Amino acid sequence: MDLARLQQLNPWCWSVLLESGERRGEVRLYGSRELLSAMDNKVLEQITNVARLPGLVGCAMTMPDAHWGYGFPIGGVAAFDPERGGIISAGGVGFDISCGIRCLRSELPWQEVAPRARPLADSLFRDIPAGVGEEGDIKLAPSELDSVLEGGARWAVQNGYGALEDLEFIEERGCMADAVPADVSPLAKKRQRGEMGTLGSGNHYLEVQVVDRIHDGVAAAAFGIREGQTVVSIHCGSRGLGHQVGTDYLVSLAKAAGRLGIELPDRELACAPILSDEGQQYIGAMNAAMNCALANRQILTHLTRRVFHHFFPDAQLATLFDVSHNTCKAERHVVDGRERLLYVHRKGATRAFGPGHPTLPPRYRDVGQPVIIGGSMGTGSYILCGTRESEERAYSSASHGAGRAMSRHQALKQWRGRQLIDELAGQGILIRTRSMRGAAEEAPGAYKDVDLVAEATEQAGLARRVAFLRPKVCVKG
Amino acid sequence: MTHLANRNETEGPDGHYGYFEHDADIGIIGRGATLEAAFEKAAAAMFAVMTDLPAVRRERTAGLEFEEADIELALVRWLNLLLATAREQGMVFAEFRLDHDGVVWRGSAAGETWRADLERGVEVKGATLTMLSVKSSATGWEARCVVDV
Repeated sequence: MDLARLQQLNPWCWSVLLESGERRGEVRLYGSRELLSAMDNKVLEQITNVARLPGLVGCAMTMPDAHWGYGFPIGGVAAFDPERGGIISAGGVGFDISCGIRCLRSELPWQEVAPRARPLADSLFRDIPAGVGEEGDIKLAPSELDSVLEGGARWAVQNGYGALEDLEFIEERGCMADAVPADVSPLAKKRQRGEMGTLGSGNHYLEVQVVDRIHDGVAAAAFGIREGQTVVSIHCGSRGLGHQVGTDYLVSLAKAAGRLGIELPDRELACAPILSDEGQQYIGAMNAAMNCALANRQILTHLTRRVFHHFFPDAQLATLFDVSHNTCKAERHVVDGRERLLYVHRKGATRAFGPGHPTLPPRYRDVGQPVIIGGSMGTGSYILCGTRESEERAYSSASHGAGRAMSRHQALKQWRGRQLIDELAGQGILIRTRSMRGAAEEAPGAYKDVDLVAEATEQAGLARRVAFLRPKVCVKG
Repeated sequence: MTHLANRNETEGPDGHYGYFEHDADIGIIGRGATLEAAFEKAAAAMFAVMTDLPAVRRERTAGLEFEEADIELALVRWLNLLLATAREQGMVFAEFRLDHDGVVWRGSAAGETWRADLERGVEVKGATLTMLSVKSSATGWEARCVVDV
């Protein structure tokens, strides 16, 4: 990224200078000089385009893991006021609506799991449908799918996939309100028929990890984690249904924007006023897709527990937290001393409520919300906790992953899937995948340094590091 | 590589489809003597991300139809309808036909149900409006956009 266009506000926060005659809202980029220097200029172009959308409140922002996306940059955050003509953008949520990470904590020390790591990896790979073309065993009739879209993870628990206790540790207690299944197209519902309880492909994964390092003992104790413990992270989203909702509304909102006189700096920012019929319809469908994602991760949690129980009958695998990172949510935030209802888009960004937030489960209320930064399959991931400062700086948002540093195409030129899997096995990391191409594209070297991203996230005041997780088994799509 | 102007672009095996760089996702390119042929090749580029096209048996054909006046949006709708149809029917497609008459587009896609020994690439979630363009020149038509994976 060309830093000449930026003004450094502090070592971890930058603004973008207005060019002559340019009319847009303010832009903030969070991250170190090193991280920003390595970003593509397209990140800057995309976030300044977001700052031109109507009804923006405060700044359009990027998180330290930002990279070039479609419409919004990945790692983009922007809030809009419905009372001031604010918009909702399908491009600001993306195709994989409510993609996120479910983290499960076992009470098992890794040293107890390690001797059975290979059969555990093989069983997880056999029982968790993963990759392009794979289907799950759960086939739902249209009326049942509507119940999923209304109930989210609650539907899954009520139907035997998991425990009631899980719901307390899922955003929105496992169910997005105001979901309207009727606003989801029949094609989207057909597309989901074989996809409940599937992982997907690309950067989605199920990882068995060991807690390698504790950064914050107090928060770690609240989250129930300690060094040497085995945890599981599941990264996936709303599958075919969410993809089709994104597809349907991307085109219809692009047309609506033209009809409603909204000038789009990039067609991918397809949007409509929040209070318009078109905007409300998208919100109803998006909330339904979010519930699909929450139900999907709940079913995958159930399948994971079943595999663990086979090897370790007493393993509990309690839900530590489930947080989405492709969303737009109506939230109350204090702006200029006044509480306002805003629609906060987080595309490749995690909500990160600080201590005391009323929606947090009592167990976490003193330390803040768990925030999960998923890393590459060879390096590791972080658990962080939300901070009070993040509310003021970024509408309580933080990074969501390591963020790509290299295109998939470049990665394919540099690595071979088989070779990479063998090298990682040599480091004690077992990869299970049907796609050698996918493994090469997801090579650890294709991602930014997750340590730098987590450090920048903390230094920028967006979230505080709690623990570092090292991968041991990774099921990739 | 003869007709690829950008050094970041790569050509597919048949020379009429290719790819361009994007950080997180994949840019696809289809080229042909006609607009419809360029769209067909763009579809091949997209499905080649998911599997090895020559290995796919042409066992079943699915028909598709949609209406769209804007030719750029027509590319996105064509690609997304193919993805949805493939997913709905549990199929992977490898051969494509498209015709259009005014705003009405009618096409077909041939392929088979996913089987265990078909190579697995990366699932395409959707075709986006990012870097979307459909252009004609003296040498024919070119259609391109970024697909989300």
